[in-house]
Amino acid sequence: MAPARDRRTGFSRRRQFGIFAGYVLSVAGAVVALVLLTVSALNPSAFAGARTGAAGLFAPASALLASAAAAVATVPDAVSSHFGVRAENARLRAEAVRMRRLATRARGLQYENARLRRLLALRDREGAPVATARLVSSSLSSVRRFAVLNAGRWQGVRPGMPVRGPDGLIGRVLEAGPTAARVLLLTDAESLVPVRRTRDGLPAVVVGRGDGTVDVRSVNATDVTFRAGDLFVTTGTGGLYAPGIPVATVPRPGRDVVRGRTVASADTLDYAVVEPPFFPIPASPLALPAPAPAAPSPTSPAPAR
Amino acid sequence: MNSLDYRPFAPQLPPGRARALPWLTVAAGSLATLAPAVAPVPVLPPLGLLMLLSWRLLARHSLRPWAPAALGLFDDLLSGQPMGSAALGWSLCFLTMELVERGPTVRAFWQDWALAAALIVPALVLARFLAAPAGAELALPLAGQVAVSVLAFPACAWIVGWIDRRRNYA
Repeated sequence: MAPARDRRTGFSRRRQFGIFAGYVLSVAGAVVALVLLTVSALNPSAFAGARTGAAGLFAPASALLASAAAAVATVPDAVSSHFGVRAENARLRAEAVRMRRLATRARGLQYENARLRRLLALRDREGAPVATARLVSSSLSSVRRFAVLNAGRWQGVRPGMPVRGPDGLIGRVLEAGPTAARVLLLTDAESLVPVRRTRDGLPAVVVGRGDGTVDVRSVNATDVTFRAGDLFVTTGTGGLYAPGIPVATVPRPGRDVVRGRTVASADTLDYAVVEPPFFPIPASPLALPAPAPAAPSPTSPAPAR
Repeated sequence: MNSLDYRPFAPQLPPGRARALPWLTVAAGSLATLAPAVAPVPVLPPLGLLMLLSWRLLARHSLRPWAPAALGLFDDLLSGQPMGSAALGWSLCFLTMELVERGPTVRAFWQDWALAAALIVPALVLARFLAAPAGAELALPLAGQVAVSVLAFPACAWIVGWIDRRRNYA
């Protein structure tokens, strides 16, 4: 490559100063960036407004692309279903017979469960979903795992609300703008969800690794064995996630800390449901009836930040 | 451009538009994160940075010295990195290039590519440590992204060269 036409100064004082000012501005830009970094390290939500504003500005474009991709994705499905419909019919009939037995049993259990719960006068908080929207894009070029939700404050979405898919937990809302919100996915390195094992209620935490998988760490107990296929659901500890939402499974057996897979895979082709926090934090500490400064016990790990 | 491509009477883009084109292509590279996909790992190279380096290496004076700070801030708004991380990394890339170009400025393409790789790798490592806690085990996703980014540079350089030839203005 030949050298580009030079920005030569010659003897012109004006041009010399112009070039010099350019370099001063360049270093000043780096210094401003350092200041911004320091501010965002001290207060991570400092620029939430600007970020979610930009996300809201561009989310409609992503949503349009996502619906186009969804339309394209239906084509192979339609083709394969056209050819496989007979075999699928037979398979589904057999499955329906099997499921009928299970459903009868489940209905009985559900009735019994409802009766026992009434007996206990258990107070459940099951709020109606706040919003249902698509995750339209994600941080594709960053090591952080964020997704952009195509709904914001105008739809009632607030920071801290849990986000779940049809299968299980996806993450929680980190920042909410007027029309878009940023969701911290379970696989992010700073995500932490208190869970329990469905089999025996063993307490654990699901910590994101940043590479698409999660770590399942046992809490409060050592020498814990995880079996392949163990399912972990939310506990409700910390008041953020309602109890009983599937979070992660363990594909391979291990001890104390094992690699897990999230149950729900966040996908732009599917809808995400934003739910109200299980037990919302009171607006001010003075509003609490009895302020109990209890130290966090090891059985109740801190909620995901 | 070589002497065969030299067409002194060809219609030129108006200077304003010719100067805006590098800015627009870098911003378009930053907008690539709008692709409708939720990826488990960083699959996309930092296309804004690749475009910026391509302009810097192929057409030295196409962007002002303070352009990386402004374009980096725009990238930070969309990438999910903490605010200022791209602005800092990209500015440091430009300042490093000024130091490199105190030597000879005539380079072959593979030298451009090596230079770009030598800037992309530290920029990505810096971005990783600014975004996530140091203890997180992100070495593997990062290595993958570095490889994809270095391999994607020639494609970006091709696009930038194509645009630069057409804007016909240095």
